[in-house]
Amino acid sequence: MKLHRIAAAFSLVALATLFTPAALAQDKVLRIVPHSNLAILDPIWTTAYMSRNHGYMIYDTLFGTDEKAQVKPQMVEEWSASPDKRLWTFKLRPGLEFHDGKPVTGEDVIASISRWGKRDAMGSALMTFVDRMDTPAPDTFRIFLREQCGFLLEALGKPSSNVLFIMPKRMADVDAFKQIEEHIGSGPYIFKRDEFKPGDKAVYLRNPKYVPRKEPPSGSTGGKNVYVDRVEWNLALRDAQAQVNALQKGEVDILEALAFDHYEATKKDSSIQIPNTAPAGLQYMARFNHLHKPFDNPKVRQAVLAAFSQQPFLQAQVGVKELYRSCPSMFTCGTPYGSPFGSDIQSKSNMKKAQELVKTSGYDGTPIVIMKPTDLASIQKLPDVAAQLLRQAGFKVDLQAMDWQTLVGRRAKKDAPDKGGWHMFLTAWQAHDIWNPIANAAMDTRGEQSGWFGWAKDDKLVELRNQFMRETDDGKKKKLADAIQARAFEVGTHVPLGEYVQPVAARKNISGFFVSNGNLYWNLKKN
Amino acid sequence: MYKFLARRLLATIPVLAIVAVLVFLMLRLTPGDPAAILAGDAANTEQIAKIREGLGLDRPLIVQFGIWAKDILSGDLGESFYFKMKVTSLIGQRLEATVSLATLTIIFAVFTAVPLGVLAAWRFGGWFDRMLMGFSVMGFSIPVFVLAYILIWIVSLKLGWLPVQGYKPISEGFWPFLRHLILPAITLSVIYIALIARVTRASVLEALGEDYIRTARAKGLPESRVLIRHALANAAVPIVTVIGIGIALLIGGVVVTESVYAIPGLGRLTVDAVLARDFPTIQGVILFFSAVYVVVNLLVDLSYVFFDPRIRY
Repeated sequence: MKLHRIAAAFSLVALATLFTPAALAQDKVLRIVPHSNLAILDPIWTTAYMSRNHGYMIYDTLFGTDEKAQVKPQMVEEWSASPDKRLWTFKLRPGLEFHDGKPVTGEDVIASISRWGKRDAMGSALMTFVDRMDTPAPDTFRIFLREQCGFLLEALGKPSSNVLFIMPKRMADVDAFKQIEEHIGSGPYIFKRDEFKPGDKAVYLRNPKYVPRKEPPSGSTGGKNVYVDRVEWNLALRDAQAQVNALQKGEVDILEALAFDHYEATKKDSSIQIPNTAPAGLQYMARFNHLHKPFDNPKVRQAVLAAFSQQPFLQAQVGVKELYRSCPSMFTCGTPYGSPFGSDIQSKSNMKKAQELVKTSGYDGTPIVIMKPTDLASIQKLPDVAAQLLRQAGFKVDLQAMDWQTLVGRRAKKDAPDKGGWHMFLTAWQAHDIWNPIANAAMDTRGEQSGWFGWAKDDKLVELRNQFMRETDDGKKKKLADAIQARAFEVGTHVPLGEYVQPVAARKNISGFFVSNGNLYWNLKKN
Repeated sequence: MYKFLARRLLATIPVLAIVAVLVFLMLRLTPGDPAAILAGDAANTEQIAKIREGLGLDRPLIVQFGIWAKDILSGDLGESFYFKMKVTSLIGQRLEATVSLATLTIIFAVFTAVPLGVLAAWRFGGWFDRMLMGFSVMGFSIPVFVLAYILIWIVSLKLGWLPVQGYKPISEGFWPFLRHLILPAITLSVIYIALIARVTRASVLEALGEDYIRTARAKGLPESRVLIRHALANAAVPIVTVIGIGIALLIGGVVVTESVYAIPGLGRLTVDAVLARDFPTIQGVILFFSAVYVVVNLLVDLSYVFFDPRIRY
């Protein structure tokens, strides 16, 4: 009798659970497993992709970049440039409003540009051209340039870290080297700060007052229509197998980064789709430390370029043929500046040539210290391939295993490799971060001034890059980009190791995917 | 008793102080720069240096330690570099999941392992005893993640009875809370069942050979009363010790289980903090774990009095 009562009680609890408001509202909630944890909520303070993606949820941008790499207006309604292209006037769309109900004004925009210009590489470059900014009317702002600038709109609409997100003036006035404490934007979602638990979940509610553009979504441009009430990022689910299990069972709707090992099996599951959201993909890269022997010698770097055929890296790291492609370009293939121009040293090379170059370069047998991150599955096999190819070419190699965070700390050190420094690390960049000569940090060759790890120095490349920054004609910009790339291959700034697409997996009942960086969550419907 | 308690509590102060100094120094000697991690991939060395300065990491070690020690003495574990939250709040956010999982695991383990251990001792050398010892070896040997995946595949994916992952706080309802914890608790409890059952069997076996058991049986007491009231009660001290260690280990973090089942507990927090070189969080969490170990050990020692009246403090 007692057992019956207990069973009945459990049944009642189970039934009650089924009909709770949370269960009924389930179809309005989009559950996403992002590629990493979200910890830093200031997308200007850090270049971390998770912070950028969080930024896209709650902030809006002046311009965006569409899937064909064209800059298009977003918050801006109309704009004009003076005949000498030194005065630019922008008018904001009507109805733009922050989540706290206050209208977006030119003052907010100017403060946001100023803060972003202190942190972002492209923003800093732009600020060297900017003489001053002002707001002749609440919905208008002007940028006065000292001289003509060839990338003003590209910078204002750059799609990846750091993106120029527009914040209220009081937030944008915070020191660029301190994190903001508020999270108020004018974007399509409102951040639920009280429900945010780093390592557990981040919650975003639909912004009912957001007025989307009429154009269809494409890249970071177009209408940001929201068809769900709530988006939840599951930050706790980080085990690759557990992610797939949860997707199969319908406990989550989208996996932002499906592991390559699970790709084939997941593709066969009839309840799951692999939408083509980010065909531009990512590029693998090997970076030299130009400060120390032997990579202070361009001939040695040339030998490495000759040895590093892209196929072995792609086969070992990605493995799934339909997800990778060889691309002998330092700019993402398939984007305006992507081209094999000047890449012969890598694209037409072979190991024999590499061995000859090593012999004639004066390489003194210094062991090459390669840093290998053991905990980052997305790139952890690359250093093994690099080590093997270098050995075949005639180098001595010291492959040092460490976790990614140790690598990140160590690569900032300029010490000699035998005193805690390094010779080479390998990484991956999203397409939008490297698709033009200004955004591509590895092509900034101002030596120790350039800041990005490896500290490449080449005055001719700096001059070409400066010309590119000033050029406004698209045809001439393309020619300059080719020249920059050819020079970069000649001096060996770094080695592009091929490109791959990071597959996204989603339940079949999710529709409305569009081409972007794969991490933008508007226009999605849950049926 | 009270003197013992006061002495033990006072002894925790040097223990925690030593832990604090060691953790602080070890973290500073470990490679990895929190500022570089926080700045992101595309940051340059100048930006990293500015962040380092902002975090106070450019100050001498003794100054950094002094600031932290002063904060601790005022009950403040500091602010996380990475999560930009008070470390006490971070621990508070994760504590419920960890304590819930630990409690359910221990309940499963104790209520399964103790009767099994007693039965195995009672039927020493028989098929049940051998079976239990076999299970025990298997329980120790099978990796937690393998067991977790097998259980998820059968119970969640094939039968659809329980969720694959996640955690629901008890405030969202008891059944959602429980159904998210059943599989992780079973997964974790297997190794503890194996351990506690073995210790129970060995202790009860030893007690069953004592004169008072023979006397109890000679008095004509039923076998169940002999086993529970006389054998198990007298064998309780080592069993309680093992359970205590188990609780401390479970609170200290069960990273693999938390990862596979996506439970936002203290284990994951520790790993995240270590990977991000989030010094204040690591220091705070390790201090917290040390305090838990000290308290649990103290409670275990005190519990001996109830199980064995011969023990006096």
